[in-house]
Amino acid sequence: MFPAVVNVSQIAQPFLDENFGWIVNVLFYLFFIVFIFYGQRIQMYVMLKEVEGSLLRLKYIKEEGRKIAIETIKEIGKPQDDPSQRVDRFLEYFALPPESMDPAGIVWKLEHILDVRDNRFKDEVRLMAPAANETQINNLENTLEAALALNYIYKVVRHFYILGKKTLSLYIIMQLQMILPLVMREAEAYASALKAFAYGQPIGDGIGALVAAKLMYGHEKRKIAKDCVVATVPLEGRTAYVVKAEGPGGNVGKPGEAMKTIIEENGGNIATIIVVDAALKLEGEKPGEVAEGIGVAIGGPGVEKFKVEESLLKYRIPINAVIIKEDVGDAVSPMRKEIFEAANEAIKRIKRVIQEKTKEGDSLIIAGIGNTIGIGQ
Amino acid sequence: MADKSSETTGTTETTARRISSFVLVVIFVTLALSLVALYFSMEIYPRNEAAAGYFLLIGFIGLALSSYMLLQMRKRVLKWRLKLPPIMTIIECQKCGFKNVREFKRGDYVFKQMGACEKCNEPVMITGIYREIKEQKKKEEKF
Repeated sequence: MFPAVVNVSQIAQPFLDENFGWIVNVLFYLFFIVFIFYGQRIQMYVMLKEVEGSLLRLKYIKEEGRKIAIETIKEIGKPQDDPSQRVDRFLEYFALPPESMDPAGIVWKLEHILDVRDNRFKDEVRLMAPAANETQINNLENTLEAALALNYIYKVVRHFYILGKKTLSLYIIMQLQMILPLVMREAEAYASALKAFAYGQPIGDGIGALVAAKLMYGHEKRKIAKDCVVATVPLEGRTAYVVKAEGPGGNVGKPGEAMKTIIEENGGNIATIIVVDAALKLEGEKPGEVAEGIGVAIGGPGVEKFKVEESLLKYRIPINAVIIKEDVGDAVSPMRKEIFEAANEAIKRIKRVIQEKTKEGDSLIIAGIGNTIGIGQ
Repeated sequence: MADKSSETTGTTETTARRISSFVLVVIFVTLALSLVALYFSMEIYPRNEAAAGYFLLIGFIGLALSSYMLLQMRKRVLKWRLKLPPIMTIIECQKCGFKNVREFKRGDYVFKQMGACEKCNEPVMITGIYREIKEQKKKEEKF
């Protein structure tokens, strides 16, 4: 390794001295003293470095999201001007929730705010992409919403990183560092959702809509609520009103409103309601596992769930839920095979529930909940 | 799927920019010095065993530190790539059941009517779109 010109013994001579042992001993003591007084600070810098690494990655994902959104708008919408400025403005949009000091009637206020937000987003997308059709507008809106979520996650993490750095507070930095793996998981899920939305691919969350689509295929559909369709399907000798969001554009519709309307149309004469939706699985459970239960399996801000629960209470209608399990990443990324295959198992379960809980000639509602992107009917 | 390659290129550029050359130099200098320390320990072992022991310790610590940092860096580069597994579309004939599975194309959606069946000339339809994940063999979990 060392050529002959280097005399190793000469270089190593000072270290052969007996004093060298003392020097090393002192260095060791110094090392311990430094760690006693500055250990926490060193730990904090290590944590900050770790957060910084994740923040850089978040920044990259966020920029990639913005790039994908702009490219898709240019490709589909054929705008005359560069949409970058409009996209940047869109990424900063916010919606303020209604005041909850007096919670009576808050659901309707929240619904109104969500409706205004949705209309505003759609109008913006129409201006950005004038050549896009209604399905593409829905998909573009979903793409932009995923980019908006990524932008928000990045900004919140950056806020706490800078705050921690400024105050040198171990507890701010520690909390951020502890929660980061979960935040990164969510950000990565949104990153894969971007491509799915841009291309109009079905996502894991759409499994409820897929089940409903399979049940209603070949039957006449009519619009029942905003972005929602219903088909009257003869099933196991019963009349099933199958509800789903109108596809194939990215849409969740208003399933609560749709179910409420069907119940009112039938004068409350509904034997049972079966809600099919994707649900978050616990670690250790397999994706695509199907489970049955009771309750209104509708996620989101709670407005649609509230509407159904009000009608259920009014007419004392029993409610069943069939859920298909998946993790947060699967819910917003292209539907994985195991989840896609679970649709048939969910249909079997629905049929069994119908046979066990209703009589021949009864009417019932089956609602497939979720984003229907890439799923027609 | 068409812009998959361009995306990968973009990712590589970003990662290349992120790795500081200063950090790389520091890592390689530490690596070189640790090797020198190990060599020293062998050289001076017959004359001073204690000093040789210290050099051995310093050498190993330096070696461990620099290789750990290098591995971490490599892990970071690998992690920064957004992997997108292929999305498949199933096209099925409702009459004869003939199935065709191909890569997803923009505009595909479940229940979309496609052309005619290759076998019976009846109209075919998209019956499924999914992402296939080839999971690596994991150690059997206890729970």
